[in-house]
Amino acid sequence: MMMCKEATRLMSLKLDRRLTFQERLSLRLHLMMCDACRRCDEQFTLLHGIGQRFEAALDDRTPPERRD
Amino acid sequence: MTDETIRQGDDGMTESARRMARLTAVRPRLLSFARLHLRDNALAEDAVQEALMAAIEKDASFAGRSGYETWVFGILKYKILDTLRVQKRQGRWQPLDDESDDDAIDRQFQQNGRWQDDARPGNWGEPDVTFENEHFWQVFDACMTALPDNIARVFSLRELMGLSTEEICQEIGIKENNCWVILHRARLRLRACLEKRWLKEETI
Repeated sequence: MMMCKEATRLMSLKLDRRLTFQERLSLRLHLMMCDACRRCDEQFTLLHGIGQRFEAALDDRTPPERRD
Repeated sequence: MTDETIRQGDDGMTESARRMARLTAVRPRLLSFARLHLRDNALAEDAVQEALMAAIEKDASFAGRSGYETWVFGILKYKILDTLRVQKRQGRWQPLDDESDDDAIDRQFQQNGRWQDDARPGNWGEPDVTFENEHFWQVFDACMTALPDNIARVFSLRELMGLSTEEICQEIGIKENNCWVILHRARLRLRACLEKRWLKEETI
């Protein structure tokens, strides 16, 4: 049975490369049972979106119709 | 400069004068971005200065398809990568080490691999609300500063610059495996730091 520390490794990895079927399965099973790891997964995902937010904030002054 | 003063002047301003005003307005954000990457005030100031100069010189080549600020931001990204490459050539980077244990991470887990009670991740709420929070960004800044240089560099190239791990490997000269280990550490350290310094303060 996979433990939390290993689960965080896979949560991190899935943001950088495609997980194998086996990896996806183990991670999903662990997340189903572990609240703390589900929240960690949310936190990693939030951090992963931080660059886009930074950039979006730059363009706040641009008229919406000109945004790409 | 406030939004108000820029808007008031809009009608009377030429296009390039208006852009100069926008450069001034966006400069602080560019600077904080450069600082996150270069971890040095003077180097960050230089990179932003060069990017702004380039933006003014190349003004005519801005096609106006996307936001002007985004275009300038793109120029800054190149300048930052240039600066990092120079640093690397000068041998100013410590070798990356992913073999040794990372105490900051081991502290979050028990021997058996479960979370330590005091390290169990809490609920950060809605991302949209989180990102709107000015205090979150201040704490993020502080937590990035607290990261070791090597870890921060890989994290910022990946998550702020948006490079793939393959590109980072080429840029830094490390193996992709090494990169994944470092990113895992960076994310665990950042989440712990953010939770401690931001979430706990927010709920007091």
